[in-house]
Amino acid sequence: MSERHISVNITIQSELAETHRVQTDIENALQSNGYDEADVFAIRLAVEEALVNAMKHGNQLDPDKQVQVSYSVTEDRFDIRIVDEGIGFDPNEVPDPTEEMNVERPCGRGVFIIKNVMTSVNYLERGNIVVMSKLRGVETE
Amino acid sequence: MTTPTRRQRITVEDIGDIAVVQFVDKKILDEQNIQMIGDDLFRLVDELGRRKVLLNFSNVDFMSSAALGKLIRLHQRMTQVGGKLVLCGIIDSILTVFKLTKLDKMLKIVKDEQTGLNSF
Repeated sequence: MSERHISVNITIQSELAETHRVQTDIENALQSNGYDEADVFAIRLAVEEALVNAMKHGNQLDPDKQVQVSYSVTEDRFDIRIVDEGIGFDPNEVPDPTEEMNVERPCGRGVFIIKNVMTSVNYLERGNIVVMSKLRGVETE
Repeated sequence: MTTPTRRQRITVEDIGDIAVVQFVDKKILDEQNIQMIGDDLFRLVDELGRRKVLLNFSNVDFMSSAALGKLIRLHQRMTQVGGKLVLCGIIDSILTVFKLTKLDKMLKIVKDEQTGLNSF
């Protein structure tokens, strides 16, 4: 199995089907660097949630708005930056989905899941930029 | 009764009065797919009148939070009609997400299909 540093910068349309393409490429890059199933799953999940948030909540699924995705995979870590064209948000104002009053809500778990499966997550500028990292083999829960 | 005009996203096997559901897709994500799966599941309850539903996830290796939302709605609907929903065959990585979001406290989750059948 070859190990290689992979670095990608792409711009995608706000179409949910585009998330599959990005995820598949990321998964291939992780597997070529020998990441285990648990790490691949966590990264896939966080990327899925973040991309859907960017397209659906950030860009409002506006076909004229794009999402910029930059990611890198090394043998030690995965990093990704996702930028949407939306008005942004304050992640601290997202209700905790595990609180009793929120558990039965059918939505609102994406930000929480991302925070809990990745090693680090930061929202930048007005909240329309998310930067996430996953250190290989490091448990986050 | 509405007749689906697209491929079903679930398969249903009746074991007694229990509807055992398997998923066609290994990866349950993207809004359109989740919506179709939800439609198929709700049709089971609302149109076909099933009150005991066992969802077998043994074919599923990935699920996004949107799918969790659909399961919550299905659970709420089953509760409304006096039915029971049980989930089984969930792989560890997905189960971790249920536990992380505390949905394992709200939904009935068991290890395998036989245990699920016995739980009704």
